[in-house]
Amino acid sequence: MSLVIEDPRVVEFDVQTDEMLVNMGPQHPSTHGVLRLLLRTDGEIVHECTPHIGYLHRCAEKIGENLSPPQYIPYTDRMDYLAAMNMNLGFSLAVEKLTKTKVPARGVHLRVLIAELGRIASHLVGMGAYGLDLGTFSPFLYAFREREIILDLFEEACGARLTCSYLTVGGATHDLPEEIEIPDGLASLTGRRAGERYPFLDVLEMFLQWLEPRIWEYHTLLTRNAIFIKRTAGLGILTPEMAVSYGCTGPVLRGSGVEFDLRRDGESIYTDMYKGYEYAIPTAPFADAPREVVVGDNWCRFYVRMMEVVQSISLVRQAIKNYVATPGPVRENFKLGAKLPKDEVYLETECPRGQMGFYLVGNGDGNPLRLRAKSSCFCNLSVTDRICEGVPLADVPAIVGSLDIVMGEIDR
Amino acid sequence: MDIQQIHGVLLERFGEAAVGAAVHQATDAWVQVAPEALVAVARFLHDDARMLFDHLNDLCGVDYLEPDAKKAAKFGHEPHVEVVYHLSSLKLRQQLKLKVSVSRWKDDVPGQLPVVPSVSSIWGIANWHERETYDLVGILFEGHPNLRRILCPEDWTGHALRKDYEFPLEYHGVRGR
Repeated sequence: MSLVIEDPRVVEFDVQTDEMLVNMGPQHPSTHGVLRLLLRTDGEIVHECTPHIGYLHRCAEKIGENLSPPQYIPYTDRMDYLAAMNMNLGFSLAVEKLTKTKVPARGVHLRVLIAELGRIASHLVGMGAYGLDLGTFSPFLYAFREREIILDLFEEACGARLTCSYLTVGGATHDLPEEIEIPDGLASLTGRRAGERYPFLDVLEMFLQWLEPRIWEYHTLLTRNAIFIKRTAGLGILTPEMAVSYGCTGPVLRGSGVEFDLRRDGESIYTDMYKGYEYAIPTAPFADAPREVVVGDNWCRFYVRMMEVVQSISLVRQAIKNYVATPGPVRENFKLGAKLPKDEVYLETECPRGQMGFYLVGNGDGNPLRLRAKSSCFCNLSVTDRICEGVPLADVPAIVGSLDIVMGEIDR
Repeated sequence: MDIQQIHGVLLERFGEAAVGAAVHQATDAWVQVAPEALVAVARFLHDDARMLFDHLNDLCGVDYLEPDAKKAAKFGHEPHVEVVYHLSSLKLRQQLKLKVSVSRWKDDVPGQLPVVPSVSSIWGIANWHERETYDLVGILFEGHPNLRRILCPEDWTGHALRKDYEFPLEYHGVRGR
């Protein structure tokens, strides 16, 4: 009789593992706010990813029914708090469409200038935060250094950094300041003395000149980084059919290869603003993409944002030129208690994160009967359970981060 | 195609019982659809080569009610709830607005939520938008795979965007008002 010694090196192949429910959030640092993802995992592999939202629900639509439109502008700041100017603009345009208010020409160019600056600031955060999601810290610091200067300029223009309420119904609350103190950050970056005074538009141009070459540095830091490509390329692929069916918009849609931008394809009240401006609409596939990249993956969504920053810089420059060449007021007066007509309008605008829509029903009263804010991130997020199926757990933050969501806008 | 042509095509195909009058005096004209015909109309709008409305921009509910008895005479609408669908076609670059109206309560029994067929099988995003509409406006969507509250907690009572909504007195020991 021989003794059988079990070989300790034998690997057991038929291990039975139980599925596990993992709660990610709502206090998880890489979920961009109070998003809770309920993951059903088998070991490392995610079988199901259910987003739970609503932790930041502030009843924005109900509040809107009890306020007149100009009073509601500050609430739009708090929707997408990283692109407050663009939210202001979207809501103001919807009210103008309803009340048929016409914005003076100078106000229109001012709006383009401010909205595109807001887009740059928002995409910079998107870039920095995405780096954080993937575990690299330095792009975040660079992005915030640049964004800080834009916020300083916003502060000079309207007094607030995040909750601007600057673009309002009928134009902007007031014109840009003539001369400002150069922001400390920009002064030290460009070798000027802090506290020196320059015309506002000169400071803006200084900043753009400084920012433009930096974008290409970020490409070496992130976009072309081998580890970054490994974490993003070919992952979280969103097919164009799925993107359209799930109502994805903005960089998420264009990253999937659908060339659609409301600045060009939207309603006339919005596209008229951009008449005479020249810009490209960056859309996947990109000729200069690394060869691992697939249309609709994380890398494409990220790259669309980066390329949009370049377009926005050019748009801001064009807007400065037009703004200087157009004298006149920036605002058509809109009375606070003006009655809204018995009519209803829906208007979507191209915000940094996608198409933000406002649906207004007027009923002959000062307050709208119904105010609906359709959020772009809400739609973009709804696709997560489809694109997170079967990916390793560590890739979930990479995929959700590439959608660039802001919970304030999703929950409203 | 403009709204009149689309309305004509729908009328020809589905008949007057299913497709109501298109309202043209509004800035954004819309086509009224009967609740029973909604899924068939939506499917047609999504698939037909002249329509190709592949993108559901927005789906929301509106409650038409004036709770203040003094203002009710001037309100100008019969009490009802509406579901509004904003569609667009990315290929043909056209837009359309559909409306479905139902009474505020099913069979006019207060507390019984009205029912509208779900279009979540046609547009993926309708799934979440219908959940939100159920949550805030209180409309049930028949055929929805997962009709749960989305923004409010699951044990919340009432639907906040109803005009006669009253904020709860307390919620899990927290004073409401």
